[in-house]
Amino acid sequence: MNFAIPDMAPALPEMFVLGMACLVLLVDLFVSDRGRGATYVLSQATLVGALFLTLGGTPEPVVTFSGTFVRDALSDVLKAFIYGVVFFVFLYSRDYLRDRGIYRGEFFVLGLFGVLGMMILVSAHSLLTVYLGLELLSLSLYAMVAMQRDSVLASESAMKYFVLGALASGMLLYGMSMLYGVTGTLDIAELSRAIAGVEDRTVASFGLVFLIIGVAFKLGAVPFHMWVPDVYHGAATSVTLYLGTAPKIAAFGMLMRLLVDGLGSMQADWGPILVILAVLSMAIGNVVAIAQTNLKRMLAYSTISHVGFLLLGVLTGTPDGYSASLFYVLVYAVMGLGAFGMILLLARAGFEADRLEDFKGLNERSPWFAFMMLVVMFSMAGVPPFLGFWAKLYVLLEAVRADLVWLAVAAVVFSVIGAFYYLRVVKLMYFDQPAEPVPLQAGADMRVMLSANALVVLALGIWPGSLFALCEAVF
Amino acid sequence: MISLSHYLVLGAILFSLSVAGIFLNRKNMIVLLMSIELMLLSVNMNFIAFSHFLGDTAGQVFVFFILTVAAAEAAIGLAILVVLFRNRRTINVGDLDALKG
Repeated sequence: MNFAIPDMAPALPEMFVLGMACLVLLVDLFVSDRGRGATYVLSQATLVGALFLTLGGTPEPVVTFSGTFVRDALSDVLKAFIYGVVFFVFLYSRDYLRDRGIYRGEFFVLGLFGVLGMMILVSAHSLLTVYLGLELLSLSLYAMVAMQRDSVLASESAMKYFVLGALASGMLLYGMSMLYGVTGTLDIAELSRAIAGVEDRTVASFGLVFLIIGVAFKLGAVPFHMWVPDVYHGAATSVTLYLGTAPKIAAFGMLMRLLVDGLGSMQADWGPILVILAVLSMAIGNVVAIAQTNLKRMLAYSTISHVGFLLLGVLTGTPDGYSASLFYVLVYAVMGLGAFGMILLLARAGFEADRLEDFKGLNERSPWFAFMMLVVMFSMAGVPPFLGFWAKLYVLLEAVRADLVWLAVAAVVFSVIGAFYYLRVVKLMYFDQPAEPVPLQAGADMRVMLSANALVVLALGIWPGSLFALCEAVF
Repeated sequence: MISLSHYLVLGAILFSLSVAGIFLNRKNMIVLLMSIELMLLSVNMNFIAFSHFLGDTAGQVFVFFILTVAAAEAAIGLAILVVLFRNRRTINVGDLDALKG
């Protein structure tokens, strides 16, 4: 029996985030409500430090911890964006949480543990690590949604999220057990080799279907989207901001690890399943969003339609398709930050600002932020030359290249339908009278960073080349 | 002699029972949490059966992790249930209708 100490260096960012999350938990015990700033600063410092550790890694892929953990270009890019997105989430959330009396260490500690879960998920090289990363992320999210203890909506949405999330984990595990039975290994690289050599694919396909159901639940693709609108609506807006952005990046990483790295040889089996999920997501997401009067709910359905677009690139089964999807998910996270950030900007104590009519006449209250919201909405709708247009264009091009012209046409039709509800927000802001013409109350850091966020959407829309080159270099 | 397929059929039956329990149950939230536990246990049954018949221990290690995570999951589920009961004074599944649309 010999035991070799594994190479710890590739997992340095994970160990750093874990250590810091425990430290934040301890520090928060000893600070008063007035000194909560210390918790906030430490959490942000954790994210910045982890970013430096991730960027300082070696360029070539490394597999360590007995083949359960991998550090490669994909994991580095996804992790860097996860840190960045969560940094903005913490920053936007501060005033909102303080106004509602939930500005506590739990939000930041759970947020950091969620980040750790996402990091493990995108670096997973074994079915076991996929499961553990996913559960660490999900358990943190369930608790974050339920954090607003006295809110009826928050506790109800937490319960729904918990039950459906646990069901999804169960489905995923059942699929994993079948794949383990077929191949006799949990290691994703060995699994991929073993699957390629299996003659009778019946049991493997059976497991694959359960695996896809589990991933589709987590992504929120139709017909497994029931939890998305309720959870986005019921959770506190800062929690919605968190769970609507960073976990999507992680879910894309999970999709890549399981379907591409693990089951790449079964592309002919999972491609058509993803086609169905993509078409349904784009159709239901865009059509039902029109009927919503609550902005958080509308953005939830918009997320569902974006997931449909995201799947368009993956289902082609080509490296170019994967990089187009990676581009899409990163762009979506930045746009989602901007959109939910605007709701947080308008919210104040006792006022949620999550109904569509709360955006009426924003141009008169603050022309600058009305313009910022316009940029984000145009980008989400896919109006050229904003960022969202390029994201949609790249995935559509890949779909056409894979001879799925009908699918690309359907996607364009649904996104034209979807443009209606994004443009309605713009119409409300510019052509309607405000119900109560009070100036915005947000702090200076929030204003500066939200403006920066929207300007990034604008600037990357004009020069998308650098971000796209980054995504192409990954695959 | 009990063969692998016996175990798999048992696992599949337990899994189907738990999924049916989640979707058909309109009364009690606790039954939902029990169904979720049953689902994870049916997966454990699969893993152990495969692990035994393949002569590979990785599946049994996986089962230990699932058991641990299931305990954490039950703790969070019950905590959310307590919060929900304080706010709504009911744990009836059919009464969870504040969010719609």
